[in-house]
Amino acid sequence: MVADSPATTNKKKNPLSDGQGTLAAILISPTMAVILFVVGIPILMSLRESVFRKFDTVDPSTGMIPEGETFVGLQNFSDIFNNPTIVPGNWGQIDRLLNAFANTTWFTIVCVLLETVLGVAMALIMAKAFKGQGFVRAAILVPWAIPTVVSAKMWGLIFDADGVMNEVIGHQVLWLADGPQSQWAIIIADVWKTAPFIGLLTLAGLQTIPAEVYEAAKVDGASAWQQFTRITLPMVKPALVVAVLFRTLDTMRMFDLPAAMIGFGKYYVETVSTLAYVENNNLRYGAAAAYSIILFLYIVFVAFLFVRLLGADVVGDEEVKAIAAQRKRQRAAAKAAGRKPELAKTTVTSGSASS
Amino acid sequence: MTQPRTTRRVIAAALSVGALLVTAACSSGTAASPAASGGASSAAATGADWNEFGPIVYAQGKDTSGNLKDKVDEWNKANPNEQVTFRELSDSADEQRAAMIQRGQAKSGEYTVMSVDVVWTAEFAANGWLTELPADKFPTTGYLKPAVDSATYFNKLYAMPSTSDGALLYYRKDLLDKAGLQPPKTWDEMQAACDKVLPGQSGMSCYGGQFQKYEGLTCNFAEAVNSAGGAVLGEDGKPTVNSADANAGLTWMVNGFKTGMIPKEAITWKEEESRTAFQNSKILFLRNWPYVWNLANAKDSKIAGKFAVAPIPGKNGPGVSTLGGHSYGISPFAKNKGTAMKWINWMLTEENQKKWLQTASSAPVLESLYADAELNKQFPYLATLGESIKNAKPRPKAVKYGDVTLAIQDAAYGAIQNQSAPQAALDGLQTKLQALVK
Repeated sequence: MVADSPATTNKKKNPLSDGQGTLAAILISPTMAVILFVVGIPILMSLRESVFRKFDTVDPSTGMIPEGETFVGLQNFSDIFNNPTIVPGNWGQIDRLLNAFANTTWFTIVCVLLETVLGVAMALIMAKAFKGQGFVRAAILVPWAIPTVVSAKMWGLIFDADGVMNEVIGHQVLWLADGPQSQWAIIIADVWKTAPFIGLLTLAGLQTIPAEVYEAAKVDGASAWQQFTRITLPMVKPALVVAVLFRTLDTMRMFDLPAAMIGFGKYYVETVSTLAYVENNNLRYGAAAAYSIILFLYIVFVAFLFVRLLGADVVGDEEVKAIAAQRKRQRAAAKAAGRKPELAKTTVTSGSASS
Repeated sequence: MTQPRTTRRVIAAALSVGALLVTAACSSGTAASPAASGGASSAAATGADWNEFGPIVYAQGKDTSGNLKDKVDEWNKANPNEQVTFRELSDSADEQRAAMIQRGQAKSGEYTVMSVDVVWTAEFAANGWLTELPADKFPTTGYLKPAVDSATYFNKLYAMPSTSDGALLYYRKDLLDKAGLQPPKTWDEMQAACDKVLPGQSGMSCYGGQFQKYEGLTCNFAEAVNSAGGAVLGEDGKPTVNSADANAGLTWMVNGFKTGMIPKEAITWKEEESRTAFQNSKILFLRNWPYVWNLANAKDSKIAGKFAVAPIPGKNGPGVSTLGGHSYGISPFAKNKGTAMKWINWMLTEENQKKWLQTASSAPVLESLYADAELNKQFPYLATLGESIKNAKPRPKAVKYGDVTLAIQDAAYGAIQNQSAPQAALDGLQTKLQALVK
């Protein structure tokens, strides 16, 4: 796929380019313009908003509030430490944003963990050929197809004081009251709804594993567990990591489940997204923007960790990866030999990467 | 697929976080307001031109009765040059408020007349999103005093009360009659009635209300405090919520949960959950709004015809209800305020209020209608409701109402869950309110 081309005389700035950069730029520019308008500009406006604060002091003689906003620098961010709003939640008496942050993290870890385990199990079942396979696949995917707000209302009924859940477990748990149990109500509903998503992506990964590998393993006398850990998991990992990454990013901005099922202002289930909504609703646009930005940075950071540590390959370009590896080797070799490295470049001039 | 690695990274990152950005973007929706313009609000109220006539827009939440359109048509037929367009907003109060605030922030007069919830008046007025209404053009004679009070901010009328709402005590008349009891006027009488009736009823608790952590809890808490002689905010608007009387009110609620007078699952009850419990004979007494009457008397209800209403009980006498309802406010940025005035006053004529009660079952704001014999025949709860509203108190008139109501809910919810003692909860609430209501 990648040829070692030592005697290159290409003077282009980017040795990976195949000379169609201008055309590519023209072709993607409409998309980029749309992204600029719907993503770029709103982000910049949010950044600006986060360093302002709306006037909110009432004039004692007229009862009026002055119009407009005032520049407050990073105060919307530093208030977490300087001017905390202490609330009671699952994590003791801490600042409301920290509490929401802890809830978000807790939900993300627990939900994604459970969803991954269940999702992989679902994928293994769905991949098996058996009678009624179509029915099982459809049944597993139904929760994923239901809009979150609908499933939130549905689970709200299930978790009602006189609901199905309490009938099933045989004693009364007040799931919808603001308490540790409401966190589990959220987790159960979220896992129910989104485990199929991981299952679906994992199933796609499973179907790319050739049957020969398993046959060979069987011949070698590998047990089912060994086959699962040595063959299935490593080979399904690229698909699974992407699925887990998507779920993680999605869970971190969880809004609709707590909002529609439990309600706002419940500190046990308040996530950063719902807190930002509440602040926005109370006309504190600056604080709301600041919280959204904090969440945004948190999510970027986690996405970065995923890409770095787990090698999540979202786009999946084999050639670029191979070239990078090749150049690394060449650099090392050149360094050892004490000469300027001749770097590898693509051999593909048009179309998609060869395979 | 030959783009350089870095570009690919950027795109990948952009894609994976793209969805999140919507969250960040939402909050910037109002970024257009001028930065640090300072100065007092222009409060366009003073220079309102009441002689400007022409088409207007009326915005309110979902028209659940479905009868508003007929009303608008009726007006439009009679006033072809002053057409009213009905803009139907969401049925969620939060979303209605957000839509109105957006227009206010943008100084848009898109909604000429808005149906404003009683608890928004202070916030909207203080921000200059409502026109001050002169008394000579908007007569409130004969209106329920608490309703007018709730539309008043800093002694100026900013909205015209249009519908009202008050709490009622629903009770199982069949069971009370069997025990030879009258509906209770005080908390002690209610407890005594329960002590007498409940032993013969399996699975029935004494009393229920709305104790889930939401606006309903604020209403129930304020009622308990007011009915015990206390007040959340005093006459001068300063917080007085840590008084001995207020403590007596909250303590009654807390003890209700402790002794089982109020079932413990009531901390998850909103209006509908509590109504269901009442209809399923799980509680003997229910505090709720007038809407319950029709539903609990419906064919599928097990208690149809077996219940009646009374004013809510208090500590030493009749209780003090929390006031609900809506008012008509006029945007200071809108044109044709003259037509807006005419339309509002037309909607509120005695005849129209009567019709509105009959078609939409919403409580009128004219006091005399509550004594109307014909209406009382149709709505047997009407006289009781009138009594309830006459004594009702508005919730705290606070510009930062969202924060105030959450602070109240925090205190009340913590106390009824035994996380804090009533007095400690009220002391904490007092401190918070002092910072919020300045």
